[in-house]
Amino acid sequence: MSMPFGYASPEQIMRDRAEYARKGIARGRSVVVMQYADGILFVAPNPSKALHKISEIYDRIGFAAVGRYNEFESLRLAGIRYADINGYTYNRSDVTGRGLANLYAQQLGMIFTESIKSLEVEIVVAEVGEEPGRDQIYRLTFDGSVFDEQGMAVIGGQADAVGGRLKERYSEGLPLAQALDAALFALTEPGGERPAPTQLEVAILDRNREHRKFLRLTGPRLQRVLDETAPPAPPAEPAPAPAPETGPPIGPEGEIDTGSGE
Amino acid sequence: MNNLFTNTGSSSFTEFLGAYAPDLLPTRAQALAAPVGDQIPHATTIVAATCAGGVVMAGDRRATSGNMISQRDIEKVFRTDDYSCIGIAGTASTGIEVARLYRVELEHYEKMEGRSLSTEGKANRLATMIRGNLAMAMQGLVVVPLFAAYDPDRDAGRIFGYDVGGGPYEQRQYHTIGSGSIFARGSLKKLYRENASAEDTVVTCLQALYDAADDDSATGGPDVTRKIWPVVAVINSDGFRRLSDEEVAEYVQGILDARMTDPDGPTAPLR
Repeated sequence: MSMPFGYASPEQIMRDRAEYARKGIARGRSVVVMQYADGILFVAPNPSKALHKISEIYDRIGFAAVGRYNEFESLRLAGIRYADINGYTYNRSDVTGRGLANLYAQQLGMIFTESIKSLEVEIVVAEVGEEPGRDQIYRLTFDGSVFDEQGMAVIGGQADAVGGRLKERYSEGLPLAQALDAALFALTEPGGERPAPTQLEVAILDRNREHRKFLRLTGPRLQRVLDETAPPAPPAEPAPAPAPETGPPIGPEGEIDTGSGE
Repeated sequence: MNNLFTNTGSSSFTEFLGAYAPDLLPTRAQALAAPVGDQIPHATTIVAATCAGGVVMAGDRRATSGNMISQRDIEKVFRTDDYSCIGIAGTASTGIEVARLYRVELEHYEKMEGRSLSTEGKANRLATMIRGNLAMAMQGLVVVPLFAAYDPDRDAGRIFGYDVGGGPYEQRQYHTIGSGSIFARGSLKKLYRENASAEDTVVTCLQALYDAADDDSATGGPDVTRKIWPVVAVINSDGFRRLSDEEVAEYVQGILDARMTDPDGPTAPLR
C-alpha cells in the first residue's frame, strides 16, 4: 500500500505534540502547591510583580500554572468566568474545584487532540475545605489528564527533582512557616541559594479567613513568615565594612523569569 | 461552554452575563400588563453617615407589600467587597438580585485585572446597572441603592446616592434612602457630627432609623421581643465589618432606655 505524501501516523503526531509541550514546560521554573495546617500554600519563584503564576479563582479555589504565559492566562480568565457564572446562577457554595478541574481537562484535552499545537502549560487547581481532610489539589497536564494529588503537587521544569526534595521535608499539618520553609528547600537546588523574598510569589488559601480564603503574602507579611524559620543570626561580628567596589544591585542576578516560560 | 474560553471582552461580569446568559440579568425585557409595585415586597429605610476614617451604614429589617408587613427580618445591607457595601430600597426581589450581581461584578473585575476598581469606578458601575432597570422602574419595580465605601486613596469613607435613572451623586456627610428617608434625614441633620468616632456614628444612625420607624409605617423599629435588630455595617481601613447582633442589641438597648424618659430622642442644641 502506498502512503500519501507527508503522511504521519496518529501515534507519531501525538508523540510529537507531547514532546513539544513537555519541552516548553520544562523551560519554566517549578511551582509548589502543598497543604499546611490552615489550608493550602502556593509558592513560585517569580520576580515579576504583575505577571502572576498564582491566582484566585473563587472563594475557596486557587490556581497555579507554569508554561506559556498567554496560554495559562486565558485558562485562568476562563476559570474565573466559569466560577463566577456558576456562583451567580446557583450559590457560592456550588462552585467546586472538581468542576473547574473537569472544565480545564476538557479544554486541554480538546486542544491536545484537535489543534496543531497543544498548550504548553501545566496547572494546579486547589480547593480548601472546612477541614484538612476535605482539601483538594488537582494537577492537570497539557493533554488534559487530571491527577488528584495528596497533600502536595509540583509542576514545571524540574518537577521530579523538586517533588523528591519536597517529600523529604513534607509532613501533614505543618505550620505555615515550616511549610514555606519546606517549599523553598524543595525549590532550591542542593547547594544553591534560596530565592530572595522579592523573587517569590507566595499565596495561601486560609480556611480560617472569612468570605474569600485566598490571600497573597507579600512585603512585610511574607518577611515575617520567612523570619520564623530563618536560621539564628550568626554571632555578632565586627560590623562588615561596606564593599565600595560593588555598586548597589541594579537587577536580579541571572535570567529574569517573565512567567512566559521563555 | 466554549465562549468561556474565547470571550476577550471587558472585565465586566455584567457584560459577560449579558452575552452568555442574558436571562440571568436582573433586567427583564418583558413589559408588565399592569403595575405591580404595591403587591410585591418593598424594602424600606437605609441610612449611611461618614465617621472618622470610615463610613457607617444601617438598615431596618422590615419589608412591606402595600399595607402588609411581608417580612420582619429582611436584610438590606450587603457587603460587596472588602471596602464597600450597598443598601437597597424599593422592590426587594430586584434589589437583592442587583446587590448579588454587583458583588460578583466587583469581585470579577478584581480577579480578572489583579486590582480593585477605584471607588469612583465602583460607584459608576452601579449607576449603569441601576439605569438598566429604568424600564422596570417605570412599571413600579423601582430599585434605589445607597453605596458606601472606604476610599484608601483619601483614607476616608464616601457615600454615593442614586435615583431610578442612575447617578451617582456623591453625598457629603450622610444620606438616606427609602420610605422613611425623610424622617431619618431630618434626624441625621440634627445629630450628625463630623469626624465622630465609628461608635458614636453607629448611635447616630440607629437614632435616625428609630426616628424613621417612629413616623413611617413601612420602616420597622427594633423588635425587642423577637430580638430583631437593624443591620449595621462599619467600613474603615480594616475593611468591612458587620456588627454582631449582640453588639447592635447593646446600642439599641441604650437608645431604648433613654427614650423611655425622652420618647423623641436626643435634642440638638438650639444655638
